[in-house]
Amino acid sequence: MKKTILTATLVAFGFSGSAFARDQIQIVGSSTVYPFATVVAERFGKTSGFKTPVIESTGSGGGLKLFCKGLGTEHPDITNASRRIKAKEVKNCSKNGVTDITEIKVGFDGIAMANAKAGPMLELSLKDIYLALAKDVPADPNGDTVKPNPYKMWNEVNPALPNAPIVVVGPPPTSGTRDAFNELAIERGCKKFPGRKALKKKDKKLYKKECRSIREDGPYVEAGENDNLIIEKLVADPGALGVFGYSFLDQNRDKVKAAKVDGVFPEFEAISSGEYPVSRSLFFYIKNAHAAVIPGIKQYVAEFTNAKAIGSDGYLVSKGLIPLPESDRAKFEKAGKSLTKFDGNVLKK
Amino acid sequence: MNKNTRIIAESLKKRNRSESTFRLMGLLGIISAISFLVIILTSIINEGKKAFVSTQIKLDIFFDSKILDPSNSGKITEIENANYQTLIKASLLNFFPDVKTRNDQRDLLSMISSSEQENLMRTLTNDISLMNTKKEFWLKSSSKYDVINKNPEMIDFAEEDRLISNQQLFWFNELKKDNRVNFGFNKIFFTAADSTEPEQAGIWGSVMGSFFTLFVTLLLSFPIAVAAGVFLEELAPKNRFTHFIEVNINNLAAVPSIIFGLLGLAIFLNVMHLPRSAPLVGGMVLALMTLPTIIIATRASLKAVPPSIREAAIGMGATKMQTVTHHVLPLSMPGISTGTIIGMSQALGESAPLLMIGMVAFIVDVPESFLDSSTVLPVQIYLWKSTAARGFVELTAAGVLVLLTFLILMNSFAIIIRKKFEKKW
Repeated sequence: MKKTILTATLVAFGFSGSAFARDQIQIVGSSTVYPFATVVAERFGKTSGFKTPVIESTGSGGGLKLFCKGLGTEHPDITNASRRIKAKEVKNCSKNGVTDITEIKVGFDGIAMANAKAGPMLELSLKDIYLALAKDVPADPNGDTVKPNPYKMWNEVNPALPNAPIVVVGPPPTSGTRDAFNELAIERGCKKFPGRKALKKKDKKLYKKECRSIREDGPYVEAGENDNLIIEKLVADPGALGVFGYSFLDQNRDKVKAAKVDGVFPEFEAISSGEYPVSRSLFFYIKNAHAAVIPGIKQYVAEFTNAKAIGSDGYLVSKGLIPLPESDRAKFEKAGKSLTKFDGNVLKK
Repeated sequence: MNKNTRIIAESLKKRNRSESTFRLMGLLGIISAISFLVIILTSIINEGKKAFVSTQIKLDIFFDSKILDPSNSGKITEIENANYQTLIKASLLNFFPDVKTRNDQRDLLSMISSSEQENLMRTLTNDISLMNTKKEFWLKSSSKYDVINKNPEMIDFAEEDRLISNQQLFWFNELKKDNRVNFGFNKIFFTAADSTEPEQAGIWGSVMGSFFTLFVTLLLSFPIAVAAGVFLEELAPKNRFTHFIEVNINNLAAVPSIIFGLLGLAIFLNVMHLPRSAPLVGGMVLALMTLPTIIIATRASLKAVPPSIREAAIGMGATKMQTVTHHVLPLSMPGISTGTIIGMSQALGESAPLLMIGMVAFIVDVPESFLDSSTVLPVQIYLWKSTAARGFVELTAAGVLVLLTFLILMNSFAIIIRKKFEKKW
């Protein structure tokens, strides 16, 4: 008995202290990039002889937070993001010693708004989306002043829409999909009002706050970092509309159908050409200091940026990724090879 | 008949009625509980049993040395790195000579799981005499065809709702007509870890993860909990301080498990700098969670040992420690082990605290030690549930079945121990 207790204590405390040697790449970040990164990781593990990287789906914000915590093997090497890193996050990173990172853009993703097959066919404009989901909506036609969002039914927003309650199931604030949705759909809808647009020049902070906030009074339901859950909620409630990435729409076409946004369906061509308004770029960030310590990081990056993976005929494209133009892809492939340091100054403050 | 007996007799009917209603309510309660259980189990078993078999397609593979070893070097390394996809493609095209365009050929080839290329390579390198011979193989189909084959109602779906195109369905049906399609035991499910392709994903990685995690949990929580229980019950003076500890242990047993995860994140990862996603840390977190359960079980079974045993031992001149280690503890062991096993099966089903320490991750390699990244059974089920591809639906249910099997095994083991060794005083 004594011996067991002794061993147990040793196990518990013997390992504390300095960091562990690790020979497996650790990746965190966006749930939108996760299905692509896992495919790359699996192929990489099978073909390269290195261990298969471990990938956690933490959301873009959560991933960057873990990524920026510091250098050393207890921190992740790569983080996926479905939006660009923010100036604030770059600052947080460098405060913890993570100054040398490389940015790789892997492709585009459209954010689809879709409902169950049994539900009505919807045609939304960005303005409709803004009015239905923003926390504050214009109190006058010009948009000079705001009031808390009073709309409960779609036809209050736009008479052409059905007389049905607004129920939208979407991702929580930690998600990059949510950030992109706020920026690409809500804010752009907001800008359609001249008064709101004028506010941007006058008081940028207030503009950001009022034009990028989603209501918290019920019609927008946060579903967690799990796009499958959103799809199941849509099937259970044909009146609800969901917000998720194009790849999930692609995989679940038998269950849900997309709504037109500004007259365009979220289809492959429309997203890659930029015609579909709610599309964003997908990224991952590499901690360059780790590339020398953890085996395989450079090779993993090479596998991910290869034309075989994210080129226009790549295997990720058949999984729903929308590819970059070839010249951009080649540029990022080169950046990945040389681990080009990312310059945080290019970001908007 | 006096007045009282009359009142009693009159009320008898009413009392009998409420008696039978009472019975009925109890019965209804039991029936609804059982029917819920039956509904859940049947739906899981119905969905899950599909994952234990997988669709196979019979193809004649010709190991063409022109493709596998073009330079005729006979070197194993060259043969290992050859393109086995070409062999599968050639065999399929042999069967469907009309398929000409590159896109159609790619669609046709997608019928066979990409894992089979590696299997063919293994078969050939193990028996190099197969070179330039033809052999019949049952190759695993890719998940999309597997799903269609298992759910025949999907064949009638519109083309864009079905997972495969009309052309692909036609090819599949042609193979079926030729008796080249059947179901085989899905060995991969029991030997592999996670994968992005449903037909290549297995439960074994997370079974091993659970094993390592629970091993650490047992190693830590059992000795600490028994020591704590013995101290509190047998040795500690009964004062306000020990009473305070007792109350807190009972409270700790009711703390939501995610709290232990947060504690693990703060102490084991951020302060002690242990690796993320490791079973060692998972086991330490779950040990914290299991401690109160085992302490409470230990104390209860120590209490059940009659004082006469202790008094007799002390009367014979034994010290307190001898009394405990020679008599009281062995007698209460059945109870303690039962409590431990129950605590362990609780830990087996736990996923929330592991979320905080990074055990909810995509892990392809089967873990081999306490420091390898791994997941556990309930987490694997959760991960599959949140994956888009359709083939994971049945895997999720099958994962639940595996988890339930382990839980039932552990719990029946606890019952057997109790029945066999428990002493009635």
